[in-house]
Amino acid sequence: MSGLDPTFTALPYRQLGDAALSRARDLGVTHADFRFERNRHQDLVVRDGILQTAHNADDLGFAVRVIHGGAWGFASSVILTTDEAVRVAEAAVEVARVAAAMTTRLVELAPEPVYDDLTWVSSYEIDPFDLATHEKADLLIDWSQRLRAHPAVQHATALVQQVHENKYYADLSGTRTTQQRIRVRPEVEAMGSTDTVFDSMTSLAAPAGRGWEYLTGTTYDWDTELAELPELLAEKLAAPSVKAGSYDLVIHPSNLWLTIHESIGHATELDRALGYEANYAGTSFATYDLLGELQYGSPVMQVTGDRTVEHGLATIGYDDEGVQTQTWDIVRDGVLVGYQLDRHIAHLKPELTSTDGRGRSNGCAYADSPGHIPIQRMANVSLQPAAQGPSTEDLIGRVEDGIYIVGDKSWSIDMQRFNFQFTGQRFFRIVNGELAGQLRDVAYQATTTDFWNSLEAVGGPDTWELGGAFNCGKAQPGQVASVSHGCPTSLFRGIRILNTNDEAGH
Amino acid sequence: MSPTPQQLVEHALATSTADDCIAIVQASSSANLRWAINTLTTNGTMRGQSVTVISFVAQADGIATGSVSSNATTLEQVDAIVAAADAAAREADVAEDSAELVSGAADADWDLEPATTDIRVYDAFAPELGEAFGQASAADRILYGFVDHEVVTTYLGSTSGLRRRHAQPTGHYGCTGKTADLTNSAWVGGATRDFTEVDALALADEVARRLEWGRHRINLHAGHYDTILPPTAVADLMIYANWEMGARVAHEGQTVYSKRGGGTRVGEAIARPEVQFRSDPSYPGLGCLPFALAGTSSNVASVFDNGLALGPTSWIDDGRLEALHQTRHSAGLTGLGVTPAIDNLVLDISGAGGSLDDLVAGVERGLLVTCLWYIRQVDPQTLLLTGLTRDGVYLVEHGEVTGSVNNFRFNESPVDLLSRWSEASATVPTFSREWGDYFSRTAMPALRIPDFNMSSVSQAM
Repeated sequence: MSGLDPTFTALPYRQLGDAALSRARDLGVTHADFRFERNRHQDLVVRDGILQTAHNADDLGFAVRVIHGGAWGFASSVILTTDEAVRVAEAAVEVARVAAAMTTRLVELAPEPVYDDLTWVSSYEIDPFDLATHEKADLLIDWSQRLRAHPAVQHATALVQQVHENKYYADLSGTRTTQQRIRVRPEVEAMGSTDTVFDSMTSLAAPAGRGWEYLTGTTYDWDTELAELPELLAEKLAAPSVKAGSYDLVIHPSNLWLTIHESIGHATELDRALGYEANYAGTSFATYDLLGELQYGSPVMQVTGDRTVEHGLATIGYDDEGVQTQTWDIVRDGVLVGYQLDRHIAHLKPELTSTDGRGRSNGCAYADSPGHIPIQRMANVSLQPAAQGPSTEDLIGRVEDGIYIVGDKSWSIDMQRFNFQFTGQRFFRIVNGELAGQLRDVAYQATTTDFWNSLEAVGGPDTWELGGAFNCGKAQPGQVASVSHGCPTSLFRGIRILNTNDEAGH
Repeated sequence: MSPTPQQLVEHALATSTADDCIAIVQASSSANLRWAINTLTTNGTMRGQSVTVISFVAQADGIATGSVSSNATTLEQVDAIVAAADAAAREADVAEDSAELVSGAADADWDLEPATTDIRVYDAFAPELGEAFGQASAADRILYGFVDHEVVTTYLGSTSGLRRRHAQPTGHYGCTGKTADLTNSAWVGGATRDFTEVDALALADEVARRLEWGRHRINLHAGHYDTILPPTAVADLMIYANWEMGARVAHEGQTVYSKRGGGTRVGEAIARPEVQFRSDPSYPGLGCLPFALAGTSSNVASVFDNGLALGPTSWIDDGRLEALHQTRHSAGLTGLGVTPAIDNLVLDISGAGGSLDDLVAGVERGLLVTCLWYIRQVDPQTLLLTGLTRDGVYLVEHGEVTGSVNNFRFNESPVDLLSRWSEASATVPTFSREWGDYFSRTAMPALRIPDFNMSSVSQAM
């Protein structure tokens, strides 16, 4: 594990934080927090052997959030002076005064112990920002050329998004934390066509809280992926179109993570379940009155929330409200038992997390940048494997007439997280327990609780993989989050399969 | 005093040691209010300033570039950005989109300071909103919503002499209402440049009217329905049709605008002959950036094109695909004109007139949608999109709304719909529920689709 980046610790965040918090205290706030961030991004995109995009962008700034008169106030800036920190604290209080006229329920926060000047750094080996751009681009150029060497591949892209985040948090209760995280999202895509159809296939490597070693080391077998992709694409281009109907599905973690994200992850955000996202991302069918009652899925379904798993994209030491991160149950034996919380929401439902009536957040408040206000945001929400569970081959062996789905592609779910439709990268027909070639034009469509109650079996720990995304959207103004979801290969019975050509009327 | 944006641009251009340099400063300010359950939730007032420096270094066979962006307000911060961009350009290979930089002179308003906004933009709206909360609570209605106002002033300077300035106000509002039992939901929203005409009480009244429509509830099965898409829902779909218009990927065979066997479908009839699909930076009420702006190159943008003047552009003219989103580089690859993407979108139907209500009046039995949601691409070859109806699907019988029905998942292609619509209203300014936060400047008609594919029922209420 590396230490904090000295180019970040040289920045004047402590002085700015002291000035802002001091001014906020003088103005009579009941809570104030100060957050200073530097988030470095580099995106590299290679198309057909040529570096097309090399985008370097830093987001550097700070924000002050207060509760004054029972109302929230938030302000942010990019001018890194103590005078500006004082002005921003004053602006936040002014916003809270405007807000007070429209605030009909006073804002209060669940308590949290004080963490006095602690440091947390994520787990990685090589900071990609320590490497020369051309060195990284050369790897992507090589990847795209290896794909294009196959006659089925007409065009190929290779890209990597890299992020290095530093964050300093301080609040009036005395908590101060300084943190650092690295994450990368490498992906290749091969494209081909016949006289009548075109299609593409992307790599299965999940984005991860790892460094450059993820692209060059032994964690992920890129050589095999690059060697197999073109042939898989060729097979897909020649594959028969699926016959719409009901099928048993064996779903690989590279596809199932996204279904978990949409149908469990978002549905168990308590701010959504209580209505706070109703105008934008939506609400949830998993309402609070169903806690402990809702049969979310079959008894083999065990789902946890965490912000602690190594290499998880939502993993961190302390959230943007100074709460130490945790692990907890969301679905136990198929029943809804928990939610994701921030300090405000935890205070509204204190019985969820404490016996003293004051509640405790499970550390799910964060913002995507220094200019945005922290909101209740997703933890790593993961489906647990069965301790002695079957292998992927065993699960396929249990299916007479079905489809094995690998890789994610299209996704959509309704505003209450009932009705969803997903596609994928690779759909393999299963006949009498054996794979029998690929299918095209497949989408699966279901209602969340029907789907999870049709879960017959989860695979063993050897089938468990951590998937995830860099682009989870929520809130207004819109914020983008990165989050991971682990799951085993899993078997579902009797799921509706659509033929997307039929759907289009073609 | 911090240096002005113009001083930061000039400083970057003067201190870059590359052969050429472009500097872009964007000064932004914004203010927002968000509410739920008849109370204000989050809010904020934000100020930002980003500086992008693009350095160009000539090599024997072309030009290499380096591009670096960061928030910055001081000369020292700009020095670091310039040094990083210059170093990146020296390290880079020749760019495939190498071209002459756009030349020109200074805009007349170059010297003006950035336009700004702050929380006071809601001085009239905020007290009305508080009053609307009281009225809603008294009537067992629950309000949720968001207003946002942002002003971004862009300064673009180039060692070729170009100095361009543009101030862009962007605002939007949306309010969702539910009955207290949460079984009935409605939404009203729109775009604005300055909030002067946005009335919180009028918004809440329209939400209440729609909730009243929903008192009578009818459950319908999935199927193909005679469906009226209001301008908001048409914008939800047409913005996607616009975003997929990259010329290079079309030319290389990967979109609905690709001709099988090679090349694009430009010149082909892809819609009914009344369809006019276009963008225009000076369209009244939808004014937007009148020059190309690119911090980095991609399939649809080129750093060499920075400052290129944008004018009225027809994407579909009399139903014929006329142009796709181009850089000068992709225009060369495709043999088509240089027509960069533009930040507004207008769909006009020649000969159409009347309002949404007029379309409703002509329906014997069909559906009136409020807006669409969670729209994602299922099949790029047909641009098949999936998504859901949201916050109000109404049954129309004998020309009148007679109740509300359940929500549906749809599977449809917007390009197909441009050939299948049966009636259209006049074009009006509108706001996409799904994409408006990112693409707010649209004018669309309502469209009647005789056989809209509602693929399955959604239980969401």
